[in-house]
Amino acid sequence: MRFRLRIGVAVVGALLSGAALAQETEIELLRAEVEQLRADYDARIVELERRLAVAEQNANAASYAVQSDAAAQQAPVSRSTGAAAYNPSIGVIFQGQVWQHENDPEGYAVQGTPFGGEAGPFSEGLSLGETELIFNANVDDKFSAWLTAALAIEDGEAVAEIEEAFVETTALPAGLGAKFGRFFSGIGYLNSKHAHTWDFADQPLPYQAFLADQYADNGLQVRWLAPTSLFFEMGAEVFQGSGYPAGGSANSGFGSYSLFANIGGDAGTGGSWLAGVSYLDAEAVERASGDEDEPFLFSGDSTLTSAHFVWKWAPDGNWKQRNLVFQSELFWRNDDGNFELPVSSVLAYDADQEGWYAQAVYQPVPRWRFGARIDGLSGDSPGASFEGTPLALRSNDPRRYSLMTDWSNSEFSRLRLQFIRDEAGPEDANQWGIQYIHSIGAHGAHAF
Amino acid sequence: MGYPVHPQYWRAWRPRVLARAINVRRTVGLLLLCVLPTLAAAELRVFTCEPEWAALAKEIGGELVTTYSATTALQDPHYIQARPSLIARVRRADLVVCSGAGLEIGWLPALLQKANNRKVMPGRDGYFEASRYVLRAGQTDNVDRSQGDIHPEGNPHIQTNPHNVAAVASALGDRMALIDADNSETYRENLDEFLVRWRAAIRVWEERAEPLSGARAITHHKSWVYLEQWLGIEEVANLEAVPGVPPTATHLGKLTSQFSDGGADFIVRSAYQDARASEWLSERVGIEAIVLPLTVGGTDRAQDLFSMFDDIIARLLDAHADK
Repeated sequence: MRFRLRIGVAVVGALLSGAALAQETEIELLRAEVEQLRADYDARIVELERRLAVAEQNANAASYAVQSDAAAQQAPVSRSTGAAAYNPSIGVIFQGQVWQHENDPEGYAVQGTPFGGEAGPFSEGLSLGETELIFNANVDDKFSAWLTAALAIEDGEAVAEIEEAFVETTALPAGLGAKFGRFFSGIGYLNSKHAHTWDFADQPLPYQAFLADQYADNGLQVRWLAPTSLFFEMGAEVFQGSGYPAGGSANSGFGSYSLFANIGGDAGTGGSWLAGVSYLDAEAVERASGDEDEPFLFSGDSTLTSAHFVWKWAPDGNWKQRNLVFQSELFWRNDDGNFELPVSSVLAYDADQEGWYAQAVYQPVPRWRFGARIDGLSGDSPGASFEGTPLALRSNDPRRYSLMTDWSNSEFSRLRLQFIRDEAGPEDANQWGIQYIHSIGAHGAHAF
Repeated sequence: MGYPVHPQYWRAWRPRVLARAINVRRTVGLLLLCVLPTLAAAELRVFTCEPEWAALAKEIGGELVTTYSATTALQDPHYIQARPSLIARVRRADLVVCSGAGLEIGWLPALLQKANNRKVMPGRDGYFEASRYVLRAGQTDNVDRSQGDIHPEGNPHIQTNPHNVAAVASALGDRMALIDADNSETYRENLDEFLVRWRAAIRVWEERAEPLSGARAITHHKSWVYLEQWLGIEEVANLEAVPGVPPTATHLGKLTSQFSDGGADFIVRSAYQDARASEWLSERVGIEAIVLPLTVGGTDRAQDLFSMFDDIIARLLDAHADK
């Protein structure tokens, strides 16, 4: 009985609130209608006023025209705007860091894939990174030129290095473009990116192991962009063959060549993507890797095939507030030739290796970004003759896990905290680092 | 040498091969028929950095042009990714129209560098910077970035004064007539017709906006200086402590005490700017926060350049009357 009463009360309550709801909806509807009428009315008044004004204007000649264009008259074509205001535009990028290692980074090596060049962990404690000087400008109506010089202190001495120095065409027909000089190869996704635009303080393992961070060399690049709504770009390069993984300017100074292709487009209002493949064939003559004083020398042919995918997203495409970037690359390398090791004689070497990484970086609010990355290597054993040498494979595949967060007060300053769990070096260990990247002067646009 | 073909088989194949050849020819012909008219009536492809210039190019070009804007009203044009899709658009563009004055410096050069389209490189006829044709506010030779992300070339948000739009329209009409000489007559006619309507509209706006003269505005970013100059509105503060750096709690706190007794008539932001800062301040100091269309599409009503200014003034008057 009581139970039924309760149901009755509930039903009546529901009906009443339903009625109230209906009434509210009606009020809402009426309000909306009034709003609509008002808007229509406004629009019609504006239209009528406008027609009246046009009629008046036509009636008394062009007196108003003269008056209203006065603002325009007093503003003759003014001086050129944009980066061209400085010729050339000059920028300086300051970088430095402090790193804490569980293991001494001096003896760091990844068993099976000795690094070339400057690849490897940051040195312990405080250190100054490369200070980049960037100059660029149009040369004339058909060429532009770009110089990035890196200043660094190595063993207490100032060292200047030319990172990039190239001339680029600006007036080739049919979607063609070319550049020549010294530049970062267009292979992969990260290879052509300057260090100050990296999302992590260091490059992923495959870049460190296969490209000594980045492949830069002296040569010529030709690119073609298809006239399609889908972004489709193809490119080819030929290089002297002096930078890792090439070496020794083999083949009469035409030591390496590469091919690459990229496609890309939008996905929804806020998303965009890029995918690509590339191939690098580098000839090496006594290419050094491993220990700086007693290097391993490789002579032979090194090929590197890679595939990459990048996806970027921001709500409504409004990048400033929030955004997310996901990227991944895969690499397949084959080194075929011979290794000259400090302790033994020349050994024939032919081995396939793979490398990969995946990372995501999220900016939840302006200025703050958070990122995670996982990178690794794997490969075939080079054979029994390499047992006991640094070229024998690690017992388990090298792998690292990294986390980072950075804070950018403006477009021109960035402070970054990074953690790396390293399971690639001699012993599994943790690394902590803080990095700063600041820039003054002209700051070039960043590629996708 | 190919495979030897037995004459018998060849005879059997011949008709089919011929038929296929005819088919191929017909297909190609059909394709040409489809393609040729579009080639003949090739539209001028206009790539703009911001929606207001796409709207303007459409006013002048009408049926002769197709327009594409790299950004929408919901995107901050300072911060755009040089996306592959935009590079592909620039590759096929006949004319690139941007505000200039450093607004797109973070992405447009990357698009132009990758697009391999010589027609639209800076210095060519296909490259048009709107801000070069107006008197820019805040030009300076002495830029120090401690003052924020200031453009030495002056404030680039020139589209908020309709007189600027008129000046740009004239220059843009000339440019379109230059690039697409066959249709120059039409561009000039359209331009004249547009300017007549535009000048009439300006008179109406100026009449309506008279009560706004002397009004005081707090703005999120320095996006509205040309509007303020035009209507005689005074900008009393910005939500950004320095241009380009997002509003901070410290600065908003300072504004709260500064404007606790009023001292401003409205807090203005555009569609792409974070609502939280202006709503937060509005709640504390009781000054109405409003969204104004900084470009076409910035509000529901701002569907073209005319309705954009209609809406700007209607919204300002609304907020002013509510006070």
